[in-house]
Amino acid sequence: MTQTASPAIELRGISKAFGTVQANKDITITVPKGTIHGIIGENGAGKSTLMSILYGFYRADSGQILIGGRETAIPDSQSAIRAGIGMVFQHFKLVPNFTVLENVILGAEDGALLRPSLSKARKELARLSKEYGLDVNPDAVVEDLSVGHQQRVEILKALYRQAEILILDEPTGVLTPAEADHLFRILRGLREQGKTVILITHKLREIMAITDNVSVMRRGEIVGTVKTAETSPPQLAELMVGRKVLLRVEKTPARPREVVLEAKGLRLTRGGVELLKGVDLTIRRGEILGLAGVAGNGQSELLKVLGGIARAEGTITMNGRPFTDPREAGIAHVPEDRQHLGVIMDFTAWENMAFGYHRHFAKGALMDNKTLRDETAEAMKRFDVRPLLPDLVIKNFSGGNQQKIVVAREIERNPDLLLIGQPTRGVDIGAIEFIHKQIVALRDQGKAILLVSVELDEIMSLSDRIAVMCGGRIVGERDPATTNEKELGLLMAGVNDEAA
Amino acid sequence: MQRIPRWADVVLVPIISLLLAAICAAGVILAIGQDPIEALNTMVVGALGSAYGWGYTLYYATSFIFTGLAVTVAYHAGLFNIGGEGQAQIGGLGVALVLLFIPWPHWTVALLAATLGAAAFGAIWAAIPGYLQAKRGSHIVITTIMFNYIAYSLIVWMLVDVLRPAGQAEPATARFPATYGLPTLTDIPVLSSIFTDQVPANVSLFVALAACFAVWLLLFRTPLGYEIRAFGKSESAARYAGINPTKIIVVTMMISGALAGMMSINNVMGESGRLLQNASEGAGFIGIAVALMGRNHPFGVVLAALLFGFLYQGGAEVGLWTQIPIDLRVVLQGLVILFTGALDHMVRMLLGLFFRRRAA
Repeated sequence: MTQTASPAIELRGISKAFGTVQANKDITITVPKGTIHGIIGENGAGKSTLMSILYGFYRADSGQILIGGRETAIPDSQSAIRAGIGMVFQHFKLVPNFTVLENVILGAEDGALLRPSLSKARKELARLSKEYGLDVNPDAVVEDLSVGHQQRVEILKALYRQAEILILDEPTGVLTPAEADHLFRILRGLREQGKTVILITHKLREIMAITDNVSVMRRGEIVGTVKTAETSPPQLAELMVGRKVLLRVEKTPARPREVVLEAKGLRLTRGGVELLKGVDLTIRRGEILGLAGVAGNGQSELLKVLGGIARAEGTITMNGRPFTDPREAGIAHVPEDRQHLGVIMDFTAWENMAFGYHRHFAKGALMDNKTLRDETAEAMKRFDVRPLLPDLVIKNFSGGNQQKIVVAREIERNPDLLLIGQPTRGVDIGAIEFIHKQIVALRDQGKAILLVSVELDEIMSLSDRIAVMCGGRIVGERDPATTNEKELGLLMAGVNDEAA
Repeated sequence: MQRIPRWADVVLVPIISLLLAAICAAGVILAIGQDPIEALNTMVVGALGSAYGWGYTLYYATSFIFTGLAVTVAYHAGLFNIGGEGQAQIGGLGVALVLLFIPWPHWTVALLAATLGAAAFGAIWAAIPGYLQAKRGSHIVITTIMFNYIAYSLIVWMLVDVLRPAGQAEPATARFPATYGLPTLTDIPVLSSIFTDQVPANVSLFVALAACFAVWLLLFRTPLGYEIRAFGKSESAARYAGINPTKIIVVTMMISGALAGMMSINNVMGESGRLLQNASEGAGFIGIAVALMGRNHPFGVVLAALLFGFLYQGGAEVGLWTQIPIDLRVVLQGLVILFTGALDHMVRMLLGLFFRRRAA
């Protein structure tokens, strides 16, 4: 590498430990000015810790941060902003009932009176919007904006504070594919203007699409920094996991049989908001029905209604019969929010193995804990849960291993229908591969599966049939073999498909 | 927070907390110009130095086991039952009604009936706040406190206007038939060689210990206990698992109230032989401290109840034999609750530092 100008950011030997956990170990990264640098790694690899150090939330135990060639101490986020670092968090930090303009100047007001700051900001905002293609109405109230636009406000906020280095933490998690494409165009524009962008993500596709260089983190360490043009997704995945990973799901064509679940006219209103506006759904044995959609368009509610957690108007039948207890009717449910719904975090693995089925383990008045423990140990072995300790409290397992326990529990009951929400959220790549295989295997046994995921890749590669939800309705159905991300993306964004 | 070995958490933390409480108490005694060593001596000798002292300590401990268990069961469902006092008093009413108006052939049958009566009355008294919490969202802490006051007033009215025998000046029921008198430890064959003087501790102690074992079985070995604990940890997850929140709240509160009510077999049936005003004497509140100190484990509750029995009896002895007022026992209880309950994280943190340094 030949370098004339000093790099935008240089990290030298950054280490940070929380108790006995080494979150960052001797991290050294150089980010040249005017580039987009990706940082990729599995959950818990230490990406967020590293960025928190850079933004002044944590202090490194050792190591140096050089910004523009000068060593800089960043004890708090004010110093980070002064050093020209702007951060766009995964969860936006905007005041929903303020206008765009008010949000932008919040904390950066010039004096006691707002008016001069506002008019100055209005001019500056117009300039920034034009320069970087960040098209936002300064007088719009933030809560009325789409998620994609809110994210642009966050970027504008950082630019208004004269950020030269922009850090984005998992920026596409909440965006439709079209919005994500727009974001990438904005980021490229920033690069052209000489800004430096650091993109933190776990999505290989994004890294390949937009970054110049990529650093891979595993267990708190940088295991490699490569030029994006000279690498490939399989190579990156291998670096992330530490072994070869199968990125495609291998499956044979589906052979759908008779209808298992039929739902008609499901309506759900909460707090005056119609979350489900008349959903009809049928799922057959031997097929995986994927439910795609941007988060918050009714998929979660639908899953909860079918799983018996929420009640809705309309009719639901299993094998042609209405039911009250979904578990009795043969419905198993891996909920989207594993940590708040799927398990009791303070219970042991074996106690969680009975969760929802605990009455099945009653022998007389007491619970047959011995059988339960034995069955748990066996299931953990089969599902490759590590560590293999049934007595360990479940919060001490990694996200992927927790999910394997939940999936094992639900599959063990031999259900007719498996509802599975965000099966791989917070799950490392190695476990993703395993869980996907289990889902396909279950389908091949003639079970029905309803898959809900915000990861379009996951929906596309697993499903035999894709239904798209938008605004509480199923707005279209597609065959994964003949559709593409663009088409699904349009449906997800609510573009009518009557004409298609 | 630093992790400390389990044995240190279970044994060392409470002991250090108690020592700190004792040191503070010594300071208080010094400050009023008395001798803390003499006070400690009087307490230990008075509460534990003789079979007679033990007889009182165990009597108090029996009540505290029941009320401590009541708080423990509710705690596991994430409910803070502060109404043990009221539930115990209403339980006493149950005992009185069962024993005064239904004839029983023998004290054993009478004890069984009185236990059921006490449990049923306590359970109903606790079920109302439970139902209000489950259905109306009225916070259980507020409603159970309010129900304590309602219980006091109800008992006073019952004693003054309904149950008081004609011609009796005192607000109390008639005495229960003498044949229902519970055997005290003095009356039990083998124990009688130890407890030679008449003491108030009676067979209710064994009922309390049995209740302890039953609560342990319930919480950790039955599907209902599983549901109670799961609900206590996460209501949303419990819903996912098909657990009915209303049922868990009401049933748990009924079990909790039943346990609090059952203490009345010790004091109302066993000790006084009739229902008096304010019969529970604050045992319902001490149950909160007992559960806290006993780490909300049924077996921990037994140990904590013994400790509080000792403080109660020892404190009475101090009031009797020294210049120190009997109110000191309230101070002592307060300090023990402060250190074992409120400040127990402080001790654990300091121990954590100690263990980390030793490991390093």
